[in-house]
Amino acid sequence: MAKVKQKQNTANRSLPKALTGIQGLDEITGGGFPRGRPTLICGSAGAGKTLLAMEFLIRGAMEFKEPGVFMAFEETAAELAQNVRSLGFDLDQLGEDKKLVVDFVRVERGEIDETGDYDLEGLFIRIGAAIDAIGATRVVLDTIENLFSGLQNQGILRAELRRLFRWLKDRGVTAVITAERGDGTLTRQGLEEYVSDCVILLDHRVTDQVSTRRLRIVKYRGTAHGTNEYPFLIDEDGFSVLPVTSLGLQHKVSDERISSGVPRLDTMLGGEGFYRGSTILISGTAGTGKTSLAAHLVDAACRRGERCLYFSFEESPAQMIRNMRSIGLNLETWARKNLLQFHSSRASFYGLEMHLAIIHKVVQQFDPQVVIIDPVGSLIQAGNKRDAHTMLIRLMDFLKMRQITAFLTNLTSGGEAIEKTDVEISSLVDTWLFVRDIELNGERNRALYVLKSRGMAHSNQLREFRLTKQGVDLLDVYVGPEGVLTGSSRLSQEVREKAAAMVRQEESERKERERTRKREALEARIAALRKEFEAEEDEAERDITQDLDREKLVAENRDAMAKSRQADVGQIAAAGTKKTQRSRNEKVNQS
Amino acid sequence: MKKSTKVSKKRPLSLQEVADKAEKEGREGPGPGDKWDLRLYVAGQSPRSLTAFANLKKICEEHLKGRYNIEVVDLVKHPQLAAGDQILAIPTLVRKLPQPLRKIVGDLRDTERALVGLQLRQTEESK
Repeated sequence: MAKVKQKQNTANRSLPKALTGIQGLDEITGGGFPRGRPTLICGSAGAGKTLLAMEFLIRGAMEFKEPGVFMAFEETAAELAQNVRSLGFDLDQLGEDKKLVVDFVRVERGEIDETGDYDLEGLFIRIGAAIDAIGATRVVLDTIENLFSGLQNQGILRAELRRLFRWLKDRGVTAVITAERGDGTLTRQGLEEYVSDCVILLDHRVTDQVSTRRLRIVKYRGTAHGTNEYPFLIDEDGFSVLPVTSLGLQHKVSDERISSGVPRLDTMLGGEGFYRGSTILISGTAGTGKTSLAAHLVDAACRRGERCLYFSFEESPAQMIRNMRSIGLNLETWARKNLLQFHSSRASFYGLEMHLAIIHKVVQQFDPQVVIIDPVGSLIQAGNKRDAHTMLIRLMDFLKMRQITAFLTNLTSGGEAIEKTDVEISSLVDTWLFVRDIELNGERNRALYVLKSRGMAHSNQLREFRLTKQGVDLLDVYVGPEGVLTGSSRLSQEVREKAAAMVRQEESERKERERTRKREALEARIAALRKEFEAEEDEAERDITQDLDREKLVAENRDAMAKSRQADVGQIAAAGTKKTQRSRNEKVNQS
Repeated sequence: MKKSTKVSKKRPLSLQEVADKAEKEGREGPGPGDKWDLRLYVAGQSPRSLTAFANLKKICEEHLKGRYNIEVVDLVKHPQLAAGDQILAIPTLVRKLPQPLRKIVGDLRDTERALVGLQLRQTEESK
């Protein structure tokens, strides 16, 4: 791969380059140091010059099959070997494999007297011999300025150094020369005059008791290069440079949605949760449950079998695990299954660059799907606001490029405008949740809302946010004539409402009963009337029957009478049947 | 005050005194009977190398007749030998014997300085 890159560089640009293999440095130099030319690395004591030079050689020998010669003017081979052993490099082995030669050149003042003319042919021969011994293509001279303390004739020395660099160029080796930084000049002896192809300045400064290392390419002839100061760090893996600037907004995006671990929150986020690879910020005042929400996301991700990295700047892993157990999340299981990794450190423990670098490194090693930074604001303590901002942009881009869902928490302090982050990253995040506390009737309750969420129809509702033994619970808040109520006010309002409803229900039940009773009464009266009527009807009928009977009897009597009087039976009978009323009257008269 | 000056007089040699003494002893240099073992590093047959050898020969003949030995090392032929004596400049004259080891770089054109460098000037005077 390196070879391909090398070819591309050669094809694209006129200047061939030698990859350094140092993380980030190849990126900002556009492919490494100028091939076949000397490069000057300057910096004050302890800036990391020797290490950079050494790593250039070691990586060249190990990764690019370019053997190297290290001419040490300061430290002996044994000391150097010991120094880099802590970085995992075995100089002795490389020496045995004929990939690297370390030659210690001792220059001691007072040991040498000078009479007349001389040149540095001896040094040339030594370097030449070392190069020839292993066919080296890379040479480091560390720190050649030491010659100035051993030899007094500056005229000769300068002429010889000029000749040396020329000679190295002619031999076609890629040389790195380190030099101590001078007062107001790049190097103490003005070496930059001789080495003019590529000059790199290392700087180690302490601001507010926090040290940061920075690298700058002062010049690089014939090539475009990053001109900024780039933070770098030296750790157990050696040298790494972090290009500060954003890599451009070209990352892929995912349509996949992942659950936040709180079902109700997913509902609020268009029903499906966060986008994978998005950056989520949760801000809120102290104690509003930001970490708990983060823990939910972790839990949900681990349940899906994804790996999570948790950077905590406030709590230790053990404390996190214990605290989250209280809301029903057992993070220890995931930690034991190696799905969850904690990285706890105080923000002020390292400089900002170190933090960034550590995050980079750990992310690269663990390759997680979810990264939590809790809280992101603490990083400001490690640097100034502007640096922190730059770093976070860089970090977010880095995570986005890798399609990692980033969950950042941010503490907002009471006095500030709430919709504001300390490091002003709000415009960079995709989803911004806000947890605030609502103080009412002598109690404090939490409420959550989605401030923004790019690319999804999210809820605009305030939800009451409760931490229960079963985890985070989101409830509808009471919104009514009394305003927004949460907590026990919500409860009491609910009780009041329930009571009112009960009263209303009883009222309607009473009305219903009344109606039934009235109906029953009415029906009873109807029945009674009917009964009365029926009784009267009966009576009437009976009267009629009796009348008829009596009439019949009267008629019979009359007939009998007529019979006995020997009256015209036929006439009387007819009269009797036709004029009943008269007969009845007659009968009354008769009686 | 008086007491303290008394104490300081009784005190063993101070660092400065030790250094002065060492320097004095060092300056005394090799004795007249010492055997001289010299090594001249050169690079090829360059004019400067030849001048240096000629100058060295002259000095030795003058001051160390009969008790010196000059070994000329050509680094072009034996580059690996450069590391042993930490040779940077050419020509370099190394006094292997008498001890201590001394190095003089340059073509030895300035005889006076060469003599001082080889600590022959003092030996001359002590005679």
